[in-house]
Amino acid sequence: MDFQLNCPIPISEYPVITMAHGSGGVLSHQLIDKMFRPAFSNEQLDAGHDGAVLASGSGEMAFTTDSFVVKPIFFPGGNIGDLAVNGTVNDLACCGATPEYLSVGMILEEGLPMEDLWKIVLSMKEAAGKAGVSIVTGDTKVVDHGSGDQIFINTSGLGRVREGVRIDPSSCRPGDVIILSGYIGDHGVAIMSAREGLEFETGIESDSAPLNGLVDAILDASTGISVLRDPTRGGVATTLNEISRSSGVGMVLDEKAIPVRKEVQGACEILGLDPLYIANEGKLLVIVPESEAGRVLEAMQNHSMGTHAAIIGKLTGDHPSVVRMTTSIGSGRIIDMLTGEQLPRIC
Amino acid sequence: MKFVDEFRDIELVRNLSAKIHEITTKEWTIMEICGGQTHCIMRYNLEEFLPEKIRLVHGPGCPVCVTPLEIIDKAVRIAQREDVIFTSFGDMLRVPGSEKDLMSVKAGGGDVRILYSPLDAIKIAEDNPDKKVVFFAIGFETTAPANAMAVKEASRRGLKNFSILSSHVLVPPAMEVILSSEQNRIEGFLAAGHVCTVMGYEEYIPIAGKYRIPIVVTGFEPVDILKGICHVVMQLEEGRYEVENAYGRVVSREGNLAARKLLKDVYDVTDMKWRGIGNIPLSGFRLASKYGEFNAEQIFDVGDIVQQESPLCIAGEVLQGLKKPGDCSAFGRECKPEHPLGAPMVSSEGACSAYYRFKKTEGMET
Repeated sequence: MDFQLNCPIPISEYPVITMAHGSGGVLSHQLIDKMFRPAFSNEQLDAGHDGAVLASGSGEMAFTTDSFVVKPIFFPGGNIGDLAVNGTVNDLACCGATPEYLSVGMILEEGLPMEDLWKIVLSMKEAAGKAGVSIVTGDTKVVDHGSGDQIFINTSGLGRVREGVRIDPSSCRPGDVIILSGYIGDHGVAIMSAREGLEFETGIESDSAPLNGLVDAILDASTGISVLRDPTRGGVATTLNEISRSSGVGMVLDEKAIPVRKEVQGACEILGLDPLYIANEGKLLVIVPESEAGRVLEAMQNHSMGTHAAIIGKLTGDHPSVVRMTTSIGSGRIIDMLTGEQLPRIC
Repeated sequence: MKFVDEFRDIELVRNLSAKIHEITTKEWTIMEICGGQTHCIMRYNLEEFLPEKIRLVHGPGCPVCVTPLEIIDKAVRIAQREDVIFTSFGDMLRVPGSEKDLMSVKAGGGDVRILYSPLDAIKIAEDNPDKKVVFFAIGFETTAPANAMAVKEASRRGLKNFSILSSHVLVPPAMEVILSSEQNRIEGFLAAGHVCTVMGYEEYIPIAGKYRIPIVVTGFEPVDILKGICHVVMQLEEGRYEVENAYGRVVSREGNLAARKLLKDVYDVTDMKWRGIGNIPLSGFRLASKYGEFNAEQIFDVGDIVQQESPLCIAGEVLQGLKKPGDCSAFGRECKPEHPLGAPMVSSEGACSAYYRFKKTEGMET
């Protein structure tokens, strides 16, 4: 994507972020008035208050926050900006809520190229537009060169919980079915392929994307959903372990049913990693009673974000709080939580 | 995926399993040498496909596990220096030294970087002429050629700011230590396929004869490992003790001659300390004196570091196949992947870590 064709960088006199851009003075205002406000423009933000004043309605709200410190900040398939929007949108969607408003806090390191910031802002604008959320308030700080790592972004989000929806892992029951929305490991492998010291050529792009449309389609198809989770850090294995432990129900996965792109599998084979533990940024795990699984799967497969959705396992009463997997050769083993970081093996 | 799926084929696995059941009449104890094989055995729970009479024990072939404590401490001291960029394969970062690991050095501000190839360290050295770049060159015969290549390349380019902290170990002497122990119960070996890719398998022929033990060169996928076990059992049942190659798609009798020539040029064979096992004569490589300028132990002041192991950890016995991880009183209690006491709990190839992840025993805290 080349934003600069349509959107020339609005601040040309400063090629990089300086401490003065965080001073609260003229340059801070220039950053806000020329860059952030025009890009994210909406009624609440344009009002220019210290905070956004939002209309309240009846029903329940969901509220979440997430900070983004990804390195490198630009990677195949996205950058820290769209990731920061999608991450919070997805957390809201997984509460069964329709994401509505986001706040954006940016911590910029002195020396960050203005052009990079502009690319990030434009991709946030685009991601917010796709997800249908408004960025209604924000904050910017600048830290000395060496005190940050180019840019950190925090986003918080508010969403309205759909009426009648109750996402609650404690309602998981043995026999329920686990559905995964598509290929796993794309984001983590895309990031690794761009990281210093591990650079390798791959066509894999991050799957960073908003899930709220897919969640809407699922909730339209069934009112019996007990779990919606996006398996980000720690991957599918870690997320399923969390659900299994909090619900007290065991799980059995079918290795052959788990969608993994062959490029991702190849990279994992070479690096000695397991795709089950690799981060995703646009995938969804759904747990649903078996009687509604067919309908939900079909709804997911009919949505552009769930074309490759598959049933990957089910819940069991046999081994409470433990996740097991039937391997591709028919044997069984435990799938444990990730300890520390996954580190590439020696040989 | 090609070259992988066909060796994880459920029909082939079932056929090999049936064959092993058919030929096994007595109890046999077989050791897989390499940590990569241990990992596969655990990951696919291959014991499910074996008769109860076959007992697998896990060998010393995890490079992370056998790297001696004092080398880790030397790495930590070097990596803490402000003038150093310390580079390493990923899984060495969490191996506990006597006080800390490299991950904590990184957290404390040390410039510690994970690399996939030692040649990347050469590039870092060229890009950072004001820093001393050290590569943590550990491993068996498998990783030794790439590390030797890095030294050779640094020499060719005339780099003055590159060195390696080397701790290379060799498989055959470790096998002999295990076989000559009075407590030895190993009756057959799955030799490490990738070590043999480099070295070939001629050097195992005298060992098989001397100790009257079958040695089968074996790969790393479920079908490979079951095939290796099948060959070992067949020899045991027939009373044969030969070296066989069940990994012919990769391994030749003489190995990789270019790599062997490189090893001969860059390294000398030397006595080596193995973590958990102790000193084994002529069981490692050290940089040949003509490459002394690339030897981090000569450049940095680390000669005073001598260390002993944690008394709780039975890694030595696990690495020699005398005990299983579950026999350790610390396993899953004081010793877990998030705070390992001994190295086999660190690497995913380590027997303890593999057991912890895939097999969890009763009574373990979770």
